[in-house]
Amino acid sequence: MDFKNAEELLALCIEQHLSIADVMRKREVSNTSQSPEQVEHRMLQALKIMYDAAHEPLETGFRPVGHLIGKEAFRLEQRGISGNSLLGNTLMKAMVYAQAVLEVNASMGLIVAAPTAGSSGVIPAVLFALQEAGGLTEKQLLDGLFTAGAIGYLLMRNASVSGAEAGCQAEIGSASAMAAAAMVAMQNGTATQCLDAASIALSNLLGLVCDPVAGLVEVPCQSRNALGAANALICGEMALSGIPAAIPFTEMAEAMYKVGKSLPESLRETALGGCAATCTGCAIRTRIFEQ
Amino acid sequence: MEYISVFDVIGPNMIGPSSSHTAGAARMAFLARKLMHKQVVKVEFILYGSCARTYRGHGTDRALAGGILGFDTGDKRIRDSLELAKQQGMEITFRCNLDETEIHPNTADIKMTDETGHTLTVRGESLGGGKVRLTRINGVTVELTDEYCTLLVFHLDRPGVLAHIADTLNHNHINIAFLRLFRSEKGGETYTVAECDDPIAEEVCRQVAAHPAVLDTILMEREG
Repeated sequence: MDFKNAEELLALCIEQHLSIADVMRKREVSNTSQSPEQVEHRMLQALKIMYDAAHEPLETGFRPVGHLIGKEAFRLEQRGISGNSLLGNTLMKAMVYAQAVLEVNASMGLIVAAPTAGSSGVIPAVLFALQEAGGLTEKQLLDGLFTAGAIGYLLMRNASVSGAEAGCQAEIGSASAMAAAAMVAMQNGTATQCLDAASIALSNLLGLVCDPVAGLVEVPCQSRNALGAANALICGEMALSGIPAAIPFTEMAEAMYKVGKSLPESLRETALGGCAATCTGCAIRTRIFEQ
Repeated sequence: MEYISVFDVIGPNMIGPSSSHTAGAARMAFLARKLMHKQVVKVEFILYGSCARTYRGHGTDRALAGGILGFDTGDKRIRDSLELAKQQGMEITFRCNLDETEIHPNTADIKMTDETGHTLTVRGESLGGGKVRLTRINGVTVELTDEYCTLLVFHLDRPGVLAHIADTLNHNHINIAFLRLFRSEKGGETYTVAECDDPIAEEVCRQVAAHPAVLDTILMEREG
């Protein structure tokens, strides 16, 4: 069993009465030498690593982290606890977890690239924020991950998930699309709604450039993970309320790839443009690498 | 087109911060280490391109050392690998080469010396998302990944060796996905890479190695 684009995926879901997550599970089993149990076990391992990465910086509070970031998740969580936050608990939690994972990543901790290390906070953020909001089961969370995997596979195959190739829209944009689809799946939305959420999520972040300060996966990557998670929640809600995507997912993925290809090299992970090329960004680079 | 697994998307499980500069670096050194049978006592890394420019910020040095110590991309010991290598008496050095520009942006040469003084130099490229390939062994251009169950055979450039390898795999009911021969020149150092769909047993390696023109065999199992 395999599919090359969103249309083929949808056809498989309808013909075989399967969810996107179950199509993705069957695809993995039929194309590799793994048993269904092995595939499920490996995804559970990924889920556990995600959980630890999203929570560890909150428990240890002040572990030494990257060159430029640290303690952001803890600060956000404290504000949430204080009751001063103007956002709802789900969005606040999503921000906390997204930033926490990037702190772990920057400090050479263990994360799951989803789809990349630089965007590794988005999916855990959405999964665990929604779990706390709605009491999701482990099975539902795994369904979310396989659904996200299906969207990510399509983007990897037909577009790009690499910042060096297509900018931040390909990393945070893709992660956000994957998380949006996961959210819809975990709330029992249809396969079409999953793809709608993913398409809207991609369109919202279209054109986002990859401009890491000093070339490090810290600024603006960390806060963009929070943005990607928030965008996923927005787009998931839209799709679940029955708002369709104006542009089909396949076309949106192609558009994202074309926009990425047309970005100048300075805005594709080279640390020569955007945030990285500001006076302050350059000064930080000098401070870190030329001492 | 190469199969994209759901675990290529939700994965790899890795030590941060960068899939190409950290996970990829660990992976390429891990693969390079597999080409050595004996204890490695000395490693010199030469870093090119963006690897050379940003290696400290991305922990590329620790990742490379970790790979040589046999750590997987998700092994937390990577963080302390430089100290661990030192404790084992392994001498590790890093050198940057920014003059060479006609080269893949994330490239490292890995020169390994074992306890008997035998050396091997391998070039690795990190392709993004933690994927890597080895592109040179002792100056011979090759292409080697861990996407399949792979048998690497180092042999003399003589007639019949390729047939012997294919024959042995056939007798053991192992399906070959890709089979390629790389050599420096006619009669020179030759590497044959057999990427297979089925696991290859040690015994199959020994059968391949029984041919008089075969100098060495190395098994690279696909992980997971």
